[in-house]
Amino acid sequence: MSGSVAWTEHAATVAGCRLHYARAGSGPALLILHHDIGTVDRLAFYDALAARFDVIVPHHPGWGKSERPHWLRHPRDIAAIYQWVIADLGLHDISLVGLGFGGWIAAEMASLSPERFRRLALVCPMGIKPPEGDITDQAIMSYIAYPMAGFHDEAAFKRVYGDVSTDQLEAWDIAREMSFRTAWKPYMYSQTLPHLLGGVRTPALILWGAENRIVPKSAGEAYKAALRDATLTVLPDAGHFIEMEKPGEVAKLVLDFVNAN
Amino acid sequence: MHLMYFTEQPMSAYDAQEGLNYGATALTFSNRHFDPVAGSRLYNQYLEEFILAEECGADGIMLNEHHNAPFCMQAKANVFASILAAVTKRVKIVLLGNPLPLAENPIRLAEELAMIDMISKGRLVSGFVRGGGQEQLATGVNPAFNRERFNEAHDLIVKAWTQPGPFRWEGTHYQHRVVNPWAVPLQKPYPRVWIPGVLSKETVIWAAQHRYPYIALNTSIDATKVIWDLYDKTAEECGYTAGPENRGYLIRVHVQDTEEKAIRNARQFMWMQGEFTGLAHPVWANPAGYFSPSGRRGFVEFAVGRAKNPRGAPTFEEQRESMMIVCGTPEQCVARLKTLMEATRPGIFGFWANDGNVSPEDSKNCIRLLCQEVMPAIREHGRKLGLNSPFEADAPVSIDYSTDLRRAAAE
Repeated sequence: MSGSVAWTEHAATVAGCRLHYARAGSGPALLILHHDIGTVDRLAFYDALAARFDVIVPHHPGWGKSERPHWLRHPRDIAAIYQWVIADLGLHDISLVGLGFGGWIAAEMASLSPERFRRLALVCPMGIKPPEGDITDQAIMSYIAYPMAGFHDEAAFKRVYGDVSTDQLEAWDIAREMSFRTAWKPYMYSQTLPHLLGGVRTPALILWGAENRIVPKSAGEAYKAALRDATLTVLPDAGHFIEMEKPGEVAKLVLDFVNAN
Repeated sequence: MHLMYFTEQPMSAYDAQEGLNYGATALTFSNRHFDPVAGSRLYNQYLEEFILAEECGADGIMLNEHHNAPFCMQAKANVFASILAAVTKRVKIVLLGNPLPLAENPIRLAEELAMIDMISKGRLVSGFVRGGGQEQLATGVNPAFNRERFNEAHDLIVKAWTQPGPFRWEGTHYQHRVVNPWAVPLQKPYPRVWIPGVLSKETVIWAAQHRYPYIALNTSIDATKVIWDLYDKTAEECGYTAGPENRGYLIRVHVQDTEEKAIRNARQFMWMQGEFTGLAHPVWANPAGYFSPSGRRGFVEFAVGRAKNPRGAPTFEEQRESMMIVCGTPEQCVARLKTLMEATRPGIFGFWANDGNVSPEDSKNCIRLLCQEVMPAIREHGRKLGLNSPFEADAPVSIDYSTDLRRAAAE
């Protein structure tokens, strides 16, 4: 996490839309799928993984610097777009790291290609209706209040977002609109995904923050039950955005898991 | 001129302190504060007032609807419109309007409106709205597709009204196997459609492109002129010249025998802590995707408290001064309203006369004075100014039924 990792920016045209992605490092390929609130360009978590992997961090279609496909309706559509990207880039033996909403996309990808991926790391994934509690509805929360609710440690929020620029607020509004366009109803979960995860052969690691106020932990347990080969690890003193709160710890867990034989 | 009586139909029978304690009086302000005994009384009171407005000479009754909202207890404008269709004889029933994007089945709306038109013997004016941001959240409808749903539902309803079924509709947001409603409007080609709004440029342009009158909802005089400029420009591009028959204006006006009493009651326009739509978080009023993308940057700053409300928060006195609220004796109100008419030249004038906690007696007195003393003077002045309503001008119902378009301009 020295910050010396050399990231390069790229654009791919997929399904008629320009998709932005950043890439760094070398080694086995690792696709990191960001949260519903989008992502800042650089995170200590990304750098830590780029030290050992060929890391690709796309902006979801419609989020950040990626163009909006007006027809996009569901995270499964985004999953298909990323399968297309992987095919175009000729990547094999790739692992997926899905963060929150990105975890839902990763799970959709795994369900559509049950043998394709090396490892599946789901970090506080959305996508399954929590058996207990509900996924927090950002629609009735302010732009700052919602991301902040995902941090157990407010200092970590400050570390990543500082005083929150107007550009960031605007990016959050666009991210929110895309969340609505793809996951409005039912909000942030699929009713079919739990039934489709049973075929997935890829070993999965599910990480959860014990103090997650966005997605109840029962959803993590539901993921574990739906997948054939999954472990659930709960980190104490952490919320929803645990890769931003505890980048070193989460990166190490992911790294060890992906590298394990 | 077409002169309408309007009230938001406030559900004012709740403890105002509860709203202050909670910090909001909209969307999530609990309906445990809704007293159905008071609700029953108020619904019947409002019906009596609408009937009185007809008896006293109003040309139209304007109705609207809102959800999860103490400021308006009419959750379905078509319910009151249905009742009024049967119990009134002469007034136009002006719905401003049905929130199209909230409809999962626009054909059902087409049927209801056709029934209201037939029962009222052709007195329906069927306005359409996008619905406020909070309505999307209250009804679970995706705000990001609000405008697309509005446009598509409109096209589907008009087709259902004007083309014999059965036909099939395979749209983006609506799909219908067999569109063939056995209820069609009495008015041909279809009931007049008026489009109310506050500030969305996109809606003004859309209304002008369809040649539907745009009803400016209590906008300031300057803002209203900006709206007309945009409407007129769009109309010219579409091959027609807009006039008073394309323009409506809703004004808050409360009339009593004495100025003192009128001012006291008019202060009720500021109920719910000065926000007639209730205290609410800005993101409720403008959920992501609902607002015009051009306003995104300004809005996010306002939503997190870094910028002032772009609409401002003028005091009661300031609103009286700027004529966004008019109150006084009939003579005083007529003088102010004449100034407004000269400045904005509407052919349709809506009078939002009672709000908040005005007593039933004072509400009725206001209606009598408004309809019997103010309206005749306004009607006469409108005649002098050439402010013809769409009915008086015999304006086409929409651009598709216009026979006077300048082809070169239209093409």
